[in-house]
Amino acid sequence: MLEVHSLTKRFGGLVAVSDVSLTVPEGSITGLIGPNGAGKTTLFTLVSGFQTPSAGRVLFCGEDITGRTPERLAVLGIARTFQIVQPFAGLSVLENIAVGAYLRFPHRADAMAHAGAVAERVGLTDLGRPAASLTVAGRKRLELARALATGPRLVLLDEVLAGLNPSEIRDIIPVIRAIRDAGVTILMIEHVMQAVMSLCEHVHVLANGRLIAAGTPAEVVGNPAVVEAYLGHGAAGRLQKGAAHG
Amino acid sequence: MSSGTFAAYRPILIAIAALAALPLAVPMLVSAGLFAGANTFYNLMIFILIITLAAQGWNIAGGYGGQFSFGHAAFFGTGAYAQAVLQTRYGVNAWAALPVAMALGGLVGAVIGLLAFRARLRGSYFALVTLAFAEVFRILANATPITGGAAGTLVPLRIGFGQMQFEAPAAFFYLALGFVAVVLLLNRLLERSRFGAWLVAVRENEDAARALGVDTLTVKLKAITLSAAVTAVAGALYTQKFLYVDANIAYGAWISVEALLAPIVGGIGTVFGPLIGAVALIGLGEAAKTLIHSAFGSAVPGVDLVVYGLLLIVVIAFAPRGLIGLLRAGGGR
Repeated sequence: MLEVHSLTKRFGGLVAVSDVSLTVPEGSITGLIGPNGAGKTTLFTLVSGFQTPSAGRVLFCGEDITGRTPERLAVLGIARTFQIVQPFAGLSVLENIAVGAYLRFPHRADAMAHAGAVAERVGLTDLGRPAASLTVAGRKRLELARALATGPRLVLLDEVLAGLNPSEIRDIIPVIRAIRDAGVTILMIEHVMQAVMSLCEHVHVLANGRLIAAGTPAEVVGNPAVVEAYLGHGAAGRLQKGAAHG
Repeated sequence: MSSGTFAAYRPILIAIAALAALPLAVPMLVSAGLFAGANTFYNLMIFILIITLAAQGWNIAGGYGGQFSFGHAAFFGTGAYAQAVLQTRYGVNAWAALPVAMALGGLVGAVIGLLAFRARLRGSYFALVTLAFAEVFRILANATPITGGAAGTLVPLRIGFGQMQFEAPAAFFYLALGFVAVVLLLNRLLERSRFGAWLVAVRENEDAARALGVDTLTVKLKAITLSAAVTAVAGALYTQKFLYVDANIAYGAWISVEALLAPIVGGIGTVFGPLIGAVALIGLGEAAKTLIHSAFGSAVPGVDLVVYGLLLIVVIAFAPRGLIGLLRAGGGR
């Protein structure tokens, strides 16, 4: 569904994303993990059209979408959420979701009805209150709901679980799985490994802008290169020694 | 029309009916000594309605869309000059000139919007650019022959319906009220439309709006064009009422200030904000002038501006959502 070919983004001398290639199969939940500063969010901004890549191509359902604007990509069926939630603070929860729903439903009554249905899917209630009054968990659900309301075929989730407590994470994991089961392909950046392990079929690991590993969550977690990227040079070897002695 | 739809428009219809009934109270107001005569009342009301219309225009781009213009004089002046010049130099009928004035105002809005928004100007940068455009127009209008230069353009007094000049002062009051009423209804329609929802989304967070498929440039351009067209009608009505324009009236900073102050004081991004703000600002300004005059025996020029300043400070400090916000908070309890 989504193919990224040799994508590179330079900011001056800094190469934030370097020659990254990956694919997201249709109907999958694919994870993108890596330590802070690895370039995950930059990769998202390139795929979602908020920045143009320095080199490389992005294909969506076989169509070259490199450099297209976010609004055109939303029409094509690519939606994203933001790591730092961006609610329309002055609007109610329902109106927030309706902004997304208007993309496919030009009439107010239809858009509002669709927004209400989407809210139910992600477990949002009390839709008349201002979005600014939502808790962190509520805002994350709102991000998800707004993105879903645009009727996407692919959603890019940027750390929707960050900042949530364990019980909130447990509540939202089935919601994400249900979205996929309804036919929406998901590419998610996530730090919460419990969620990655239980949700993702396939995981790509970024470090210093490069793709260093890919595979099932279990394979990736056992990969020495991944352990070193998170814990430092030589960490994998020391861990193994420690395990042998223990 | 469903009952829910009607409920959304009911307060507007009530307000329009109340304003339309206002002339009935004129004899009472005059005998109570509030106005020197019926003409004084109508002149004040017509001026308030013209400012309301200009402010309603500003409120579309500034209030709903968050694009704060400091230069709505560019649109007001274009409407005012078009209305005057088309009649005096090209012999166009006043009623035919009005839609042309409106369209020209909208065109100026579209061009300024295209230049500013394509350059991704936001916030204070956008405000400064619009201010600069209005000043350029003022200086050009002061220097070019077609506008009458520094002498301005005088529209000949020819009373008659065909000339949009009326003997009865109430007639022009109803004309201006008609335009304000249409824009009140139009604003509610806007609030309940896809375009309105996208416009507010642009105001709240442009990146989030883009991620949801909102073409922010197009939305902002439509908004500034509509905004400018409405304010241009206010300018055209000003010409018809006072039958004279010069560069400092048409493109002067005073109207840019009135157009943005009224919605801010009344309630920004609301249907009634511009109307309430214009009534409060101009009403209090006039009251202050009258009080000072009777207290000191002579007029103190600029006292209305002092009142504007005080009112603005009070509103920003105590009612950041405008007078309408105060009313709602009071009514909610």
